[in-house]
Amino acid sequence: MNKIKIFLLVLFMAPMSLFAAEPGMPLDAAPIDTTDNEALQRGAESFVNYCLTCHGASFMRYNRHRDIGLDSEAEVLDKLVLTDQKAGELMLSAMRKNEGEEWFGVAPPDLSVIARSRGADWLYTYLRAFYRDDTTVPGWNNLVFDRAAMPHVLYELQGEQKLVVQTVDGKEVKSLELAKPGLMTVSEYDQYVADLVNYLVYLGEPGANDRKRLGIMVMIFLFGMLGLTYALYREYWKDIH
Amino acid sequence: MADSFSINNEMSGRRKFLVAATSVAGGVAGVGIVAPFVLSMMPSERAKAAGAPVEVDISKLEPGMLLMVEWRGRVVWILDRTPQMLATLEKLEPQLADPNSEKEQQPDYAKNRTRSIKSEILVVEGICTHLGCSPVFRKDIAPEDLGSDWLGGFFCPCHGSKFDLAGRVYKSVPAPTNLVVPPHVYLSDNVLLIGAESKETA
Amino acid sequence: MNKQNNTFLEWIDKRFPLVSTWKEHFTEYYAPKNFNFWYFFGSLALLVLVNQLVTGIFLTMSYKPDSSLAFASVEYIMRDVDYGWLIRYMHSTGASMFFVVVYLHMFRGMMYGSYRKPRELLWLIGMGIFFVLMSLAFTGYILPWGQMSYWGAQVIVSMFEAIPFIGETLHNWILGDFMLSDAALNRFFAYHVVTLPVLIVVLVFVHIIALHEVGSNNPDGIEIKENKNPQTKIPVDGIPFHPYYTVKDIFGVVIFLIVFCGIIFFAPEMGGYFLEHNNFIPADTLKTPDHIAPVWYFTPYYSMLRAVTVNFLWVDAKLWGVILMVAGVAVFCFLPWLDRSPVKSIRYKGPIFKFALTLFVISFFVLGWLGTQSPTPLYTLLAQIFSVIYFAFFILMPWYSKIDKTKPEPKRVTK
Repeated sequence: MNKIKIFLLVLFMAPMSLFAAEPGMPLDAAPIDTTDNEALQRGAESFVNYCLTCHGASFMRYNRHRDIGLDSEAEVLDKLVLTDQKAGELMLSAMRKNEGEEWFGVAPPDLSVIARSRGADWLYTYLRAFYRDDTTVPGWNNLVFDRAAMPHVLYELQGEQKLVVQTVDGKEVKSLELAKPGLMTVSEYDQYVADLVNYLVYLGEPGANDRKRLGIMVMIFLFGMLGLTYALYREYWKDIH
Repeated sequence: MADSFSINNEMSGRRKFLVAATSVAGGVAGVGIVAPFVLSMMPSERAKAAGAPVEVDISKLEPGMLLMVEWRGRVVWILDRTPQMLATLEKLEPQLADPNSEKEQQPDYAKNRTRSIKSEILVVEGICTHLGCSPVFRKDIAPEDLGSDWLGGFFCPCHGSKFDLAGRVYKSVPAPTNLVVPPHVYLSDNVLLIGAESKETA
Repeated sequence: MNKQNNTFLEWIDKRFPLVSTWKEHFTEYYAPKNFNFWYFFGSLALLVLVNQLVTGIFLTMSYKPDSSLAFASVEYIMRDVDYGWLIRYMHSTGASMFFVVVYLHMFRGMMYGSYRKPRELLWLIGMGIFFVLMSLAFTGYILPWGQMSYWGAQVIVSMFEAIPFIGETLHNWILGDFMLSDAALNRFFAYHVVTLPVLIVVLVFVHIIALHEVGSNNPDGIEIKENKNPQTKIPVDGIPFHPYYTVKDIFGVVIFLIVFCGIIFFAPEMGGYFLEHNNFIPADTLKTPDHIAPVWYFTPYYSMLRAVTVNFLWVDAKLWGVILMVAGVAVFCFLPWLDRSPVKSIRYKGPIFKFALTLFVISFFVLGWLGTQSPTPLYTLLAQIFSVIYFAFFILMPWYSKIDKTKPEPKRVTK
């Protein structure tokens, strides 16, 4: 009997153990904290300065940033609204869709829920993995997104990286090296990108922190209910013999 | 053979207590789960954004002219009243239901005879207080259909309610109250903000 | 007070059989006293159904079934509608939990032989509910109009093209277009919010009526109605559904809600299994995502669809795949007539059945897992092997259930 059980267990586990690691670059873990309002505000300002020119966040309203501590409308208008839009309006891109297609070959995607499709780690790695590549149209390439249509917008801050290909144990290993420094040091730039990615995660679901807070209250209530209904069930089932 | 259960017809104290406690907790849970569904039907952020105050430039408004603007999906009238028009307000008062604007249909700063901040400029929602039709601006004096004592005002074609040139309702018409004066403020001489009383709260 | 209540009830009762209905289905519906936790899943399925209906109604208040507006309207619900996120997560989590609960409910039936005489029709009605549920899940998944909605539906609907002669016409008829488009979104919305919910509610009602006619099975698989108290005519192993099983089910509901709310509030995407990452990209009719997988509850059948790679008996591989997939679901309908064991419950069945059932469960999980992966030659081979095991469980059942060594059933239910 035991042999049969072991056989079944092996049968069940065998296919799972074949699970191969995802191909491609390993991603760096994004050091983010969506409860840190100051970091989120910094990220929001970077976002409107650099991203919103081409990308929209067209499901997000400016005045929603009360979630991250921008409480008054004047503050929102002052810090985030660079166009003539009102505080209650959606964060639309300054660029029209067909313009984007003309300039980049593809329309820049809306970023409202980009963190929910790509994930924070991918975004964090992507924004730090641009390198100079004169064979591409924008003049840039990216280690995690080959032939990305997007040029390196944060080039001034990060500086210019170049690709280094080494052969280790017969395998090609690609890495990046800073060729020309930018306005920021490497750790400053990493922090800058982390703030931006943190904001993108917040942007994906602005109510996520409220959701968790409400969830804790609901769970406490439900555990109370659990005790009560268990006692009720035991009380009635005393009758059964 | 006996049945495998024996119902306690007389409920024990413990049982009564547990049933009551569970019912109360269940009631709390019920309210807790109904609340978000009810609240989800309130105006959404989009509706609130669309209901944001509107700025109106009234520099091109001429005496006797009615300007219509939209605020929260409703029509708001801005009427520049001539001195002749303003003169009718006092004359009509005996025929009006609420000449002194006692009922809360306007902010305090419009609780006066002209129902306005600047006496000549009337800002009022163009929605009949009867059943929500939009009355017609009738500045013609003594027309055939409204009778010889008509001095100009607003007439609601749906059910025949009449209002004077300050939006005050006549006696013996279906509409119960004066037209609503929305919150508004002059940002400058010629720029009017409708829907808020200052730029800050906008 | 009590007297007033009684006169009110009498007034009602002369016009509507309220008291007798209540008695028949609650206080005098005698259920076996030995239900274990597996018997929670029936009432939980009902709870999830109500959850889906209520949250669904509220979602339709803000959702727009238009290919240019659908994606944005879902995000509008998530952000701009007060508590819209909660209602949406309740619905999306409810969809997955519906399958969790229904799969466990079906597995309970397989373990304890709940499909056996006299419950064959009850089982078939249940299978009808399962088909409608799958249709609901499919039509519902299209509505957010993300990449997975679009390409998943494209794949499923393309299966109809495999049908000989009429395939292409049928495909175009289903879509109202030559490819998945606004027309299909609009009609799938109609099915999802009107046709299918009405069907499932009717079928669930019929399922319960049929259950209360034949009576519930139990973990011992013996008929409690065959052993009644001669005086009271009540089965000696039966207890009134109300209050005993109502209080027990309420307890089960709270346990379920802890899991359900845990997912809604703390992991609504469930690691990409309940809400897939690629579905946060709006549908792009020109670009298929690198890797498309259906939602987890369809993946076992999706694996079967992909398992067939050879043409066979004048029928091409595509059609065989579709046939295999449909058969994978439909084969449950034959269970009442495949099982030839003298006993119903796994408790008294022999080692062969236990082994076969375990193999079946393993193949179901492995096929499900394979369905979430990109196909490789190795995975396809595995899918083929486990599809064979899956079907062997059913096809060989008349033989192995007969020769299996069973234990004698008890006269009375056991603890």
